[in-house]
Amino acid sequence: MSSTDGYTGDVPPGGPEAGETEASRTPHRVIGTPPPAEERTLLGTTQSEAPARPPRELPADPDDLAGASRAEKIVAALFILAMLAGIGFIAAYIGLPVGTGVDAVLRSNLALGISMAVAFLALGVGAVIWVRRLMPDVELTEARKPLASSEADRKAFAETFREGAEASQFVKRPILRRTLIAATLPLVVAPIVLLRDMGPLPGTKLRYTVWRKGLRLVISDTGRPIKPADFDSPGGMITVIPEGFQDNDNALVKATVIIIKFEPGEIEYPTNKKWVVDNIVAYSKICTHVGCPVALYEQTTHHILCPCHQSTFDAPRGAQVLFGPANRPLPQLPMGVNSEGYLVALSDFKVPVGPAFWERG
Amino acid sequence: MSWIIARRRRPVAGYAVVLLGLIAVGAIYAAFSAQGNPASASSPAASQRDTTLGRQLFVQNCSSCHGFMAQGTNTGPSLIGVGAAAVNFQVSTGRMPLKEIDAEAPRKPPVLNPTQTREIAAYIASLGGGPAIPAPEQVSTKGADVGLGQEMFSTNCAQCHNFVGAGGALTQGKYAPALTQSTPTQIYEAMLTGPEAMPVFNDTTITPSEKRDIIAYVTETRSSPNPGGFSLGRIGPVTEGLVGWIGGIGALVLLAVWITAKRRVQG
Amino acid sequence: MTSTNEAPAGTAGEGPVEKVLEGTGTFLDDRLHAAKGTRTLLKKVFPDHWTFLLGEIALYSFIILLLTGTFLTLFFKPSMSPVTYHGTYVRLDGVRMSEAYASTLNISFDIRGGLLMRQIHHWAADLFMAAIFVHMIRIFFTGAYRKPRELNWLIGIVLFTLGMLEGLFGYSLPDDLLSGAGLRILEGVLLGIPIVGTYLSFFLFGGQFPGNDIVPRLYIIHVLLIPGLLLALITAHLFLMFHQKHTQMPGKGRTDKNVVGQPLYPYFMAKTGAFFFFVFGVLALLGCLAQINPVWLYGPYNPVAMSSDSQPDFYMGMLEGALRIFPNWAWNIAGHTISWNVLIPALVPLGLLFTGAALWPFLERWITGDQREHHVNDRPRNAATRTAIGIAVITWYGVMWLEGANDVIAEHFDISLYTTTEIARYAVFIGPVIAYILTKRICLGLQRKDAQTLLHGYETGIIQMRPNGEYVELHAPVPEEERAELEARMTAPVPLEAGAQGEDSVPDPALRGPVGKLRLALNRVVTESVPLPVGNGHGTNGHGNGHDGNGHGTGVAGEPERAAVTSGEGGKTLLGHDDPEDPGGH
Repeated sequence: MSSTDGYTGDVPPGGPEAGETEASRTPHRVIGTPPPAEERTLLGTTQSEAPARPPRELPADPDDLAGASRAEKIVAALFILAMLAGIGFIAAYIGLPVGTGVDAVLRSNLALGISMAVAFLALGVGAVIWVRRLMPDVELTEARKPLASSEADRKAFAETFREGAEASQFVKRPILRRTLIAATLPLVVAPIVLLRDMGPLPGTKLRYTVWRKGLRLVISDTGRPIKPADFDSPGGMITVIPEGFQDNDNALVKATVIIIKFEPGEIEYPTNKKWVVDNIVAYSKICTHVGCPVALYEQTTHHILCPCHQSTFDAPRGAQVLFGPANRPLPQLPMGVNSEGYLVALSDFKVPVGPAFWERG
Repeated sequence: MSWIIARRRRPVAGYAVVLLGLIAVGAIYAAFSAQGNPASASSPAASQRDTTLGRQLFVQNCSSCHGFMAQGTNTGPSLIGVGAAAVNFQVSTGRMPLKEIDAEAPRKPPVLNPTQTREIAAYIASLGGGPAIPAPEQVSTKGADVGLGQEMFSTNCAQCHNFVGAGGALTQGKYAPALTQSTPTQIYEAMLTGPEAMPVFNDTTITPSEKRDIIAYVTETRSSPNPGGFSLGRIGPVTEGLVGWIGGIGALVLLAVWITAKRRVQG
Repeated sequence: MTSTNEAPAGTAGEGPVEKVLEGTGTFLDDRLHAAKGTRTLLKKVFPDHWTFLLGEIALYSFIILLLTGTFLTLFFKPSMSPVTYHGTYVRLDGVRMSEAYASTLNISFDIRGGLLMRQIHHWAADLFMAAIFVHMIRIFFTGAYRKPRELNWLIGIVLFTLGMLEGLFGYSLPDDLLSGAGLRILEGVLLGIPIVGTYLSFFLFGGQFPGNDIVPRLYIIHVLLIPGLLLALITAHLFLMFHQKHTQMPGKGRTDKNVVGQPLYPYFMAKTGAFFFFVFGVLALLGCLAQINPVWLYGPYNPVAMSSDSQPDFYMGMLEGALRIFPNWAWNIAGHTISWNVLIPALVPLGLLFTGAALWPFLERWITGDQREHHVNDRPRNAATRTAIGIAVITWYGVMWLEGANDVIAEHFDISLYTTTEIARYAVFIGPVIAYILTKRICLGLQRKDAQTLLHGYETGIIQMRPNGEYVELHAPVPEEERAELEARMTAPVPLEAGAQGEDSVPDPALRGPVGKLRLALNRVVTESVPLPVGNGHGTNGHGNGHDGNGHGTGVAGEPERAAVTSGEGGKTLLGHDDPEDPGGH
């Protein structure tokens, strides 16, 4: 095998290899490994009258010419189909408007998608039939060079590298080397420092929510404050937020609360009964696992289930964890009534809400 | 036909048969699992005659679990004070009379017709009050604020029922059912009475107008077309992933096999 | 470029096309010295197997992602400023949402082709990741990561990671309820990191969650930074594959010193071009027939709201499952909380997977002592331990993946919700062990079958009656093509010599000490295989050489008897029964 370009598909212009027959001298046979039986073409006998053309590496035509012309018609038909589909795509784009509603989008999307799919798939199928039936079947062999360079090359590389290192004085003059490194170190650290203003420091912000003494609980999305008499159905649950914070996502993501109405006697330790009004308990809606809103309340079992990872909290008993990956109970909001009889917070939560963090304590 | 038979031993024939089988199974399943039309319930005012007839129906159909005077037994809770709305909901959705005791009573074709349902409801209402069956204008979604309905549904309902009401799992075999077949009246009644594990959303926490908004959101969304194609169940990325793997990668693997298949020389 | 590939000038008339081609070629070659290199490239041989196209699915999906993504950037507004929607989708009329979400609705309902581009983009992302999975699995099971391709394997793992992040950030851009909940979970996980967690979270989100910065920041990471990295790494990945030449499946005439297949020009170009059209076509079909990420149904992100059936896209599913499966362990020490229930699921499974995958080629080299170059793929059955480990890892991953969808599974298959988690907690340990044992035994059984086939040939179904009245079935020898495949085991790892058993030879330094003994032990496990029959010519010859007089297999010449013991046969013949001589099948 020649090592200059590594490719030995060329048939030598001279005589055949020892032991090979007349049939193996056909131009599109490959030296080295006789192709398997199915790959051997039938053109061996007919190709021998070829005039003084240079030896080919690839045959010009497939074996089955009749089948090829049939295939050609099929491929041509597919390509015409693809062309029509492409035109159809443009026509659908121009002709089918959107912006009037969901039905219009459905029509347009379907038309555009189907025409695009037909265009591409027809092109693809045509191309594959082209390759399989119109191109002659070949199997070629190419040599692999060993990837490791020769010992001589490696030695030469090492020499060049060594010489350059010596010439550069980098190794011989440590002061230069060390001061260079010292010079570049701050430049490397600087981009990291530049990221400092990406955000404020957390400080104690995670410990507190916006709940304050006297802040009314209002129903989320409608903003109505609640009197205990309004929420008088045992088994009831509703999501409430601090009044005035409807549009403040940063506040709501920690301050959202669910209130649950129980029958008398259902609420037990460790729920803090001083924060319960008329058998209504308020718990943080933010799961203590990783922070999803946790409002899946099963009235019959009194379980609050988080739909994200199935942490389950026992509502009558201080929202203690019953199952699932959450480690801490849902914090209970200290709740009372104000002078007008509306439900209000007595203070902020006594523990941080939501997912635990390092400084939580 | 002979074209198919001539190629029956090709490797691709096996894949083609499997693919045809899958398509056939899918098509048959889709045909047979088509949802029926939701039933509509009428709710005229209760009358004394309703109550009497209702009592008879109650004794025949309900008293074995709920007690002769609806006071409750080991197998069925007391119905005193649950109200006509609760009865109408449970009976018109076919949940009651219960066929077998399971984690949850499933929706099934109702056993009692709307008139009988109304009569039983009137009887139970006569026993201890409770929420009444909403009038048609109470559940009409004309002029409803669907946007507000979306927000409230998302906040209060989606965590159990899923973002469009396709249903969701609860614990220990319970589930929040899909809302595809619920009538506006049934949705209203469910919110009002909190059937089974569902919490109660009375009319002072979610007002009747807001309930109508929620009903409008549910009913309009479930009937709205899917502009992106088949909805894949509207349950999120799980079915999307299945379709992507089986449909997308599957199709491309088949095409890859075809592209690289060894040519069989004819003759 | 001189016309070496065409008929010599003069034999075919030089038409205008040829003139243009020649002109262009000369122009370029005068400046680039490109003739020889380009010719080599055009003649480059590409081996053919359908599993070699799996990486192409990923490549073409990536290109389609770039194309559709560019379209989307023309219309998407990466801003979290609140707006009130009054657009085409009337069911969200009056709803407060971010500009990002509103612009996504605009793309879907008001831009022609917008929904199609969005859906193709998202399907392409799913297909990209799925293709990387199957491609990586194919590489693993065929041992194509072995020398000299370890670098490419490592690049692939980085591509995998980047792809996951790119997808996560991409579907978080529309700021809908589902992806917003996912971002909240990401923030919760960040918060759980000891010491720096709160700082990381505040820096990423520009303050408390959700803030105003996350969508624009994810936007630039998603459209510029990660695609740039992906493009560079994919280019490196492909270049390495070109330079080292693709591997090939075992077969007749295929050795570690050649590559057998079809040339790039015109065969491989045509086939790969066709496959690009197929990928695009399948994606277009998905994009119009299968609705994906219908953000108008999820609604805008609302910190107060949550939906059941909340899952991330499938490639994040394993992390989700890990979070669900883990028990609620946490420590509280001196005023500081370590949330193991969040930290371990988020960091350990994926960390183990990626680290293990990255180290695997080197670990396997150390265990097998195999320093050779490998260009012929292994059949998975011939590398029984590797295949078994692969299936075990897939099982382990798969259990957590399924657990990520446990509420959907519980609802639709009527299984109690807690039960799914409890089953998964055990299955995640027991499943891989069972999978390993089963797979290894199946592989060894398949090896045994191959050895028997080589030795005895195929049953022909022709029954012959001998003169003495005995009936035998004739066997046909294995055809040439298949023989090469079945014999491909010759490139399997060679067991390490344990060094001297006697007193006066020095054991191999690499095999000394506890580490060396561990290496030996692992080597025995990994190289456990069924030996090929020796001198396996056609049917009857095998009996002369492959069996001694008692009909026991002597195995490969020089192979120690150990092989018979370790494959669990304990003295019985490896190649089966004392079957009667079958005279047929020369």
